[in-house]
Amino acid sequence: MDLDPVLIGRWQFGITTVYHFWMVPLTLGLGMLVAILQTIYHRTGNEVYLRSTKFFGKLFLINFIMGVATGLVQEFQFGMAWSEYSRFVGDVFGAPLALEALLAFFLESTFLGLWIFGWGRLHRAVHLGALWCAVIGSWISAYFIIVANSWMQHPVGVELVDGRPVMTDVWAVLGNNTAIAAYTHTLFGALAVGGSFLLGISWYHLYHRRKDGIDTVGADGTVVVGSSSELPGRDEIDHRVWINSLRIGAVVGIIAFAGVSITGDIQAKLMFEQQPMKMASAEAACHDGTEFSVLTVADPSSNDCDGVQNIFEIPGLLSFLAKGDFSTPVHGVTTLLPEYQDKYGTHIPDDPRYGDHAGEPIDYQPIMIVTYWGFRMMIGFGILAAGVCAIGLWLSRRGTVPDSKWLSRGFLLAITAPFIANSAGWIFTEMGRQPFVVAPNPAQLDGVYMYTQAALSPEVTPGMLLFSLISLTAVYGVLMAVELRLLTTYVKGGVASAMPELASSSTKPTITDDGDDVLSFAY
Amino acid sequence: MEILATIWFILIVVLWTGYLFLDGFDLGVGMMLPFLTRGERGKRVLLNTIGPVWDGNEVWLITAAGAMFAAFPHWYASLFSALYIPLTLCLLSLIFRAVSIEYRGKGHTPAWRSFWTWAMAVGSAGTAFCIGALLVITTTGLPLNGHGDIVGGAFAWMSWPVLLGGLGGLGFAFVHGLVFLGLKTQGDIRARVQRWAARAMLPAAVPFLIWFALSITHRAWLSIPVLVGIISLIAAVVAVRAGAEKRAFVLHGIHLVAGFGAVFAGAYPNVLPSTLDPANSLTIATASSSDYTLTVMLIVTVIILPVIIGYQIFSYRMFLGRIAETHIPEAHRVPVAIRS
Repeated sequence: MDLDPVLIGRWQFGITTVYHFWMVPLTLGLGMLVAILQTIYHRTGNEVYLRSTKFFGKLFLINFIMGVATGLVQEFQFGMAWSEYSRFVGDVFGAPLALEALLAFFLESTFLGLWIFGWGRLHRAVHLGALWCAVIGSWISAYFIIVANSWMQHPVGVELVDGRPVMTDVWAVLGNNTAIAAYTHTLFGALAVGGSFLLGISWYHLYHRRKDGIDTVGADGTVVVGSSSELPGRDEIDHRVWINSLRIGAVVGIIAFAGVSITGDIQAKLMFEQQPMKMASAEAACHDGTEFSVLTVADPSSNDCDGVQNIFEIPGLLSFLAKGDFSTPVHGVTTLLPEYQDKYGTHIPDDPRYGDHAGEPIDYQPIMIVTYWGFRMMIGFGILAAGVCAIGLWLSRRGTVPDSKWLSRGFLLAITAPFIANSAGWIFTEMGRQPFVVAPNPAQLDGVYMYTQAALSPEVTPGMLLFSLISLTAVYGVLMAVELRLLTTYVKGGVASAMPELASSSTKPTITDDGDDVLSFAY
Repeated sequence: MEILATIWFILIVVLWTGYLFLDGFDLGVGMMLPFLTRGERGKRVLLNTIGPVWDGNEVWLITAAGAMFAAFPHWYASLFSALYIPLTLCLLSLIFRAVSIEYRGKGHTPAWRSFWTWAMAVGSAGTAFCIGALLVITTTGLPLNGHGDIVGGAFAWMSWPVLLGGLGGLGFAFVHGLVFLGLKTQGDIRARVQRWAARAMLPAAVPFLIWFALSITHRAWLSIPVLVGIISLIAAVVAVRAGAEKRAFVLHGIHLVAGFGAVFAGAYPNVLPSTLDPANSLTIATASSSDYTLTVMLIVTVIILPVIIGYQIFSYRMFLGRIAETHIPEAHRVPVAIRS
């Protein structure tokens, strides 16, 4: 087979990782929001928040398990497909992964089990604490994995021993400025996902309460809350569950947008210094200049600068994003290419460890169409998500949503916007790092870098990579359909889908014959 | 300094043993889900015995792999890339195991239930087989070249240790699941698992016992822990027959711990031998990270591992009681509030 194993390996890693990172931001963002909802319930005893906690907690769990299942693949595939990478970076890269398991995953999974089964069994405060431990565990895990990723973007805290980076300063690795910027950026991105999720689903329920004639509006447009006797749980409290969740979600979405903007700006300024080629490609900036491109087109079949046409640009804005003023020119690809070639050579070394790629010319320029549009999709969908939150907040100001099917569908669909923004951002930053798997850090420790072409497991063949690529993608596809179907079913069931006690009018025995409690929750 | 690498070797063996000790019974319960009880309530009893704890147990696996990566990157890289195809199958098994426990009860058609019941069984059995094979292979070795890469293609790992380890993993998890259910259930199921355990315990342990015996041939003193393991196993059988469930569970665990201790003490200082040339074998010296990394990781582990064990014990104590069919609430059918 003359398939390029590196290319298949990259597709395999890309697909499994982007997929995993659909579950993760929802776990991080929604987990935090459910913990806040339960905290409010704990403080006030208000049933509205109990219902919100149980309903969104159920959706959280349906999604959480997929994150767990697909996360295992992440940890194993470094060694399986990228053994040369693992050998090269193991001294510094393995540590955050092990720390993630020790400090985060144990906390997260043990306490989540306590939370799921602990309703009515644990003391209320302990039960709430268990959820917080699980959520904090997930946030800690995000930190360690981003430390690991940021070391690939901007290696620090090591020295080269026998051609291999060896950790000399763990605090430098953990305190990598790239990691801190990326971590905060990721968390706000996750909160945007959580916020949009609450907004879209709450909108859908408020719309259906209006459509079914449960809620109506008075002459001044203010909601007149009603109650349905036919359907479980659709009473007056139900209305407050949704309107509260809608507002919390929208406000969180807007705050998250402010957060991603600030942290993204910090991150971009770092990236202009640390990985100038990535940012030049993100801008399709072929030549030095100060202009931010609003629209640039190029012949998609080639990746060189000749075919790039800047249609509309804003002078000064790029310099402001990169350096904080409006006049310092930012280096473009044509300036940077010779600099990279001077430093790192024009060809991959003629060394057997590069396999078929030995002696090939190196293209230091990432695939510009991916970086350019990835960067813009991240920003565009981020703005869209926040805009939808602001509009949603305004349209629901009188206590319910307009009786419009299309608006309701639009707000449901808008849940995908922050997911797309998250994926686009990661695809941009990972593709923008190429041709390096570990990007060089010329300012601090030149010499620690690795080409992606050298990272693959030498003995792994294209056929083996295809086997895992196809089988995992197929299974992931089926499981995505199952997860979406379950989420839809539970969303349509409303709060009662997470609270059987709302659905049943008769009171069931909660004590068995031998005096034990019936489990308040059971699989 | 090889002391640090030695300590990390021991810790990684502790993590793998801890994984099999804990998740072993989850896997065992999972693999017997279609067979042990016919009724739906009985199956739900089984699932709920492991429900609150299985995910925390699985983290022992993540930690073992992560610690291998951090402390012995060459071990991790060589072993995992050499076992590319079996580990892909292992991951698919782990994925189905995890998802099935959460999703099985969320649908109500017989086809849905039956699909996830089998996904749970096949996923659990596949995981137990693959992990058992991986552990046996890391002591019996692979055809590695001087770079630490397997020679001979995608299936070069296929040989008798795979079968031995796979059957050993299956057998151990199956019996461990039975003795665990003996502690956690009541009534019919409790009686049945006692009968099954009494019969299965010795034959199921044979593959691992062969591995234990083969691993210590060059170090006579290691026959002491292996004997401890065998005696524990026999005592466990006696305990099962006597209905002493707690004792049976503990003794069955001791048999694992003693055997694994002997095996890996026998393998030391090799972490992954080469069957082509002993000079290509990975040892704790050639596979390990720098002393600095090992020290940092050791400090964190020494501080945090007791805390983890502490809250995992807390979690087990919260869910200590036996579960009977009468404890299982009615299956909750999701109502349909919105019809369109």
